[in-house]
Amino acid sequence: MELVCPAGNLPSLKAAVDNGADAVYFGFRDDTNARHFPGLNFTPDNAHEGIRYAHSRGVRVFLAINTYPQPAGWARWQGAVDRGAELGVDALILADMGLLAYASRRWPELALHLSVQASASSHAALAFYHEHFGVRRAVLPRVLSVEQVQTVAEKSPTQVEVFGFGSLCIMAEGRCMLSSYCTGQSPNTCGACSPAEHVRWDESPAGLEVRLGGVLIDRYGAGEHAGYPVICKGRYHSGGSPYYALEEPTSLNTLDLLPRLQEIGVTAIKIEGRQRSPAYVARVTRVWREAMDACQRSPQTYRPRPDWVTALRALSEGSQTTLGAYDRQWR
Amino acid sequence: MRLALGPVPYYWPGEALLEFYEAVARWPVHTVYLGEVVCPKRRHLRFAEWLELARRLASAGKEVVLSTATILEADADWRAIERICGNGEFLVEANDAAALHALRGRPFVAGPGMNVYNGQALAFLAGLGLRRWVMPFELSGETLAAFQAGRPAAIETEVFAFGRLPLAQSARCFTARAHGLPKDDCQLKCLEYPDGLALQTQDDSPFLVLNGVQVQSAQIYQLLGQVPELERLGVDSLRIAPVHRHTEAVVAAFAAVLAGEETPEAGVARLLPLAPLGLADGYWRGEPGLRSQSSKARPTSA
Repeated sequence: MELVCPAGNLPSLKAAVDNGADAVYFGFRDDTNARHFPGLNFTPDNAHEGIRYAHSRGVRVFLAINTYPQPAGWARWQGAVDRGAELGVDALILADMGLLAYASRRWPELALHLSVQASASSHAALAFYHEHFGVRRAVLPRVLSVEQVQTVAEKSPTQVEVFGFGSLCIMAEGRCMLSSYCTGQSPNTCGACSPAEHVRWDESPAGLEVRLGGVLIDRYGAGEHAGYPVICKGRYHSGGSPYYALEEPTSLNTLDLLPRLQEIGVTAIKIEGRQRSPAYVARVTRVWREAMDACQRSPQTYRPRPDWVTALRALSEGSQTTLGAYDRQWR
Repeated sequence: MRLALGPVPYYWPGEALLEFYEAVARWPVHTVYLGEVVCPKRRHLRFAEWLELARRLASAGKEVVLSTATILEADADWRAIERICGNGEFLVEANDAAALHALRGRPFVAGPGMNVYNGQALAFLAGLGLRRWVMPFELSGETLAAFQAGRPAAIETEVFAFGRLPLAQSARCFTARAHGLPKDDCQLKCLEYPDGLALQTQDDSPFLVLNGVQVQSAQIYQLLGQVPELERLGVDSLRIAPVHRHTEAVVAAFAAVLAGEETPEAGVARLLPLAPLGLADGYWRGEPGLRSQSSKARPTSA
């Protein structure tokens, strides 16, 4: 299995490469990718340098152009595809059918990966993308159990990449409009979920309140850890006490599942976190490299080492981790 | 412009569904979308019963379209899609690429789950047999205008014009979770919520509605006030998503405005009492979806 790590900027890219990534993924500094955050991502110049750095060390580079262009912005997305091809990336990660059609026609030699934002969760959907656009690999949405991933991996004509660690989207990606409902900006349209300029913190007699686009997402009592206000991890009520109606503040961690994922034919493990620091990327990449090497050497005796678990927990949201939908009980 | 009735998003018992559609046969809607698009555990009607219902509505003069699921998980979900796509009688609404794979060139409607965000995607689908597309509801009127200017010949445009917005969908069942149950043992709790389970924020503002694995807006999105603009843009069809009690009154309000018997403002005034948790129309203006110009929906301060 291949370890695919996030590169939100050049230092993170180098951290991932130096700590054992097999491939890194990045986006340009605009709304053509799903981590369009201030100060993040690559200009063409540092993309060029990053690609050179990775390639000279045998690491592949994928470019994420995984938001959905609208008519007014089409030229920017098309330009991003062309620039990526000209820079010599190893694959484009795309979600939009218009863009897939364009890229497969204009750059027939360039490998295309289907982004998780396309939310293709069945072998039939992957067969469609393979047949029409020559998609070689698909990143599966975080809605499938391990058994379902196995079925898809067995029957799909494409390689399968799954999320291994990082922030947990609990909704089918590319089909979630919760953010734009409150802020006007969504991952699909702007590459942003719960953008920071729409977040407001207020001290109130009832506690520390956090709002997104004016909507109260959560209220924290003294001593409670306050998390970033994504709508799916807020507390609401239906007449009774407020509770995490959708999901707790928690991160995905699949270290336990590695031998299983390897056995069922998953090609690559993706680490989420282009918005994270280079130090974070370095630590997470290092743990996962060691774990994947151990699993590769001896899947029968593989056990997540306590120091890996501790290290990853310290880097997780609310210091909690979950197997998410991979585990049927989570549902 | 014509009216289209979207698939029922909630879990209504089979008898209630059949009763509902018996009435629909007499309503002024041109198109009726049928099928379970949210959760495969909901077994109100068998496939053969859906087909019988479709034939009854067709003989009442409706254009019937069979809708497919938005998210596929199990192999059984795929077999259901194959069955719908191969039905041989009725047009199909594809909400996932798996349905496109099963359709193999047969004519189809691209549903809201298809994520058609630009003319290139539309042109690609046109080459596969697309007849009509439903604009993603988070896009604005201005964006729709750009689409309409470059729309491929003979492709119809449909716009989501009334209903709770299907904002997100997960593998997790949130209705079961609200009852402390896992999805595998959900006890079909959705049957208790014919309009979904409303969630409020901690300052008691209506915000979301849980509908099994789907999360909807609590506010009802509506574009009745925008009918003149939708007409000017050459939109072919307005989609009304069913709600538990008032769908007939909603259809009547839209029909009256489309027929010119009532002003859009008067139509919206008729909708207001039907939506106690508020109306919204923000997406149309390129704003947060929950904003509203034409109602007392929850104001936002951002």
